[in-house]
Amino acid sequence: MALLEVRDLTVSFHRRGEPVFTAVDGVSFEVEPGQTVGLVGESGCGKSVTSLAIMGLLPKRGAKVSGSVTFEGTELLRLSDRDMRDRRGRDLGMVFQDPLSSLNPVISIGLQVTEVLERHRGMPRKQAMAEATDLLNKVGIPDPTRRLSEYPHQLSGGMRQRALIAMALACRPRLLIADEPTTALDVTIQAQILALLKELVRDTGTALIMITHDLGVVAGLCDQVNVLYGGRIVERAQRHELFVEPRHPYTHGLLASIPRLDAARGQKLVPIPGSVADNIPWDHACAFAPRCANALDVCRGQTPAEEWHEGRLLRCHNPVEPAADAAAKEDLRV
Amino acid sequence: MLRYVVRRLLQLVVVILVLSLLLFAWLRSLPGGPVSALLGERATEESRRALTAQLGLDQPIFVQYFRFLGRALSGDFGNSTGVAPGSTAMEVFSQRFPATIELSVLAIIIAVLLGIPLGYLAARRRGGWFDNLSVIGSLIGVAVPVFFLAFLLKYLFAVQLGWLPSAGRQTSGIDATRVTGFFVLDGIMTQEWDAALDALLHLILPAMALATIPFAVIFRITRAAVLDVLDEDYVRTAESKGLTTPVVRRRHVLRNAMLPVVTTIGLQTGALLAGAVLTERVFGYPGVGEALAIGFERRDYPVLQLLIIIAAMVYVLVNLLVDVSYALIDPRIRTR
Repeated sequence: MALLEVRDLTVSFHRRGEPVFTAVDGVSFEVEPGQTVGLVGESGCGKSVTSLAIMGLLPKRGAKVSGSVTFEGTELLRLSDRDMRDRRGRDLGMVFQDPLSSLNPVISIGLQVTEVLERHRGMPRKQAMAEATDLLNKVGIPDPTRRLSEYPHQLSGGMRQRALIAMALACRPRLLIADEPTTALDVTIQAQILALLKELVRDTGTALIMITHDLGVVAGLCDQVNVLYGGRIVERAQRHELFVEPRHPYTHGLLASIPRLDAARGQKLVPIPGSVADNIPWDHACAFAPRCANALDVCRGQTPAEEWHEGRLLRCHNPVEPAADAAAKEDLRV
Repeated sequence: MLRYVVRRLLQLVVVILVLSLLLFAWLRSLPGGPVSALLGERATEESRRALTAQLGLDQPIFVQYFRFLGRALSGDFGNSTGVAPGSTAMEVFSQRFPATIELSVLAIIIAVLLGIPLGYLAARRRGGWFDNLSVIGSLIGVAVPVFFLAFLLKYLFAVQLGWLPSAGRQTSGIDATRVTGFFVLDGIMTQEWDAALDALLHLILPAMALATIPFAVIFRITRAAVLDVLDEDYVRTAESKGLTTPVVRRRHVLRNAMLPVVTTIGLQTGALLAGAVLTERVFGYPGVGEALAIGFERRDYPVLQLLIIIAAMVYVLVNLLVDVSYALIDPRIRTR
């Protein structure tokens, strides 16, 4: 049985005076124990909303969630607020994008770590402090005893994110969701944090959902990748297959727009034209059609269905032919 | 921190010096004066001249000022001419200031005890009927003139219903022992319970009238601050850790939302301690505010000079206290 099963998850926002906005539109995927799964897409594609829906952190008013999210066989969407609170931080942990704003500025790092331990593992303050020292050590924060009595503004950006990871992993959750955990950090620190996550996931056997717009992050970390566009999954494949043979024109575009050090001099980057704002509704078309180089007439008149092509999931009328990327294939084999 | 406090106190000295000069000139530029106030319109020119000389008002104004300044440095602020002839200005102040402190503290306690919880609740139920109702209520609280509300309360609860005394600090005939000058506290310390209760009953109506504006301001600031904090990422982090609702509220929401509220409470307290002129006047409450009102009517320069200078000092000191307490709540300021 999968650790987490997301079935047909749909999240729409109903705000007074505004049209209903469907941020996530029938997303389904699974996470096996210990597996690292990527959710990839541009901002606005629904990846963060998906993660917040799994955690039960969407605002109660205004956000309508339907479908099913089962964790170890329990339907999370139907749990009471109290039962969900018992699971958050214990079974499911989460790390957010901006470590500075994600930490409470007026209480010490120590209290912010120990409060989870006290809450879920019933530790007395003293024992929790010892455990917190251990945790900070594990996430690579030097001189942890001193750091525990310090406040978020006294730590560097990388250190803050390490502290947040320590909090999320304090109760050894079976699933960790990381929502763009490196976006707000310097490039050198990004690499360190990713290496840390990779190591922690391997050592603790925690499954990880990695949410990112950065395919570089995915390449180093994920076993399986889901590419989202306009609130739907448009392609799902194992990491290697996805990078070697991107089939959806959107995935293909994302890969082509990554700068590469080994590219020939003068070779231009190929951006995807337009932006997410150019979406058309999925109702009778493919939402990506207005920006797609491969678009046919059928793409503007009929919603593409999810189909399996040799072990990968694809939602496209006119996928990129595998042969087209023979060169890229060569590159990756080197 | 200590250096900061010392610097602020030195600034206070400058503020007081400048203020005393402006105040001195301003009071003397008002029409009328203590002589007309004391002797009336039909006094003879001779008696006027004699009193003017007696009060030292025949001297050039800068001579008067430096004489005032010299005496003030040794604690002598002159004799009251209108509020309580026969007493020194300092005696007027020291008799009345405890009354004003007692009233202000009770008013602030009422405002804080109502303002913070209601502001928090309104923010949690943003857009609901409770929120809308209390926002309207607080608007009315700010908009209704204090003297009108004071008259209304007095008429309703003292005159019509007769539940509470209408004026003063103490029912005449109660012979209470004085220890501190705070009547409620004195009653408790000497275990004269009837005196303590009597003093407290006298405080209720003026304190209610006085509390409306601080209440409305504290309510609105709390509501706005909580709304801001509820949207903060760290509250979402706290929720993602599965903390119980009371912990999220106290530790993560309220503690951060209190920063602007503390400032507001400080400013409001400072303003109240300067003397609630209108409220004290309506309730005949013998505090600093009433002395200011009478002092202006009777052009009592020594009393006005002392009371206004002290009001400014209290205001600055309360602000300093707020800044220091800020550092206690917010570690980002502490380590700077």
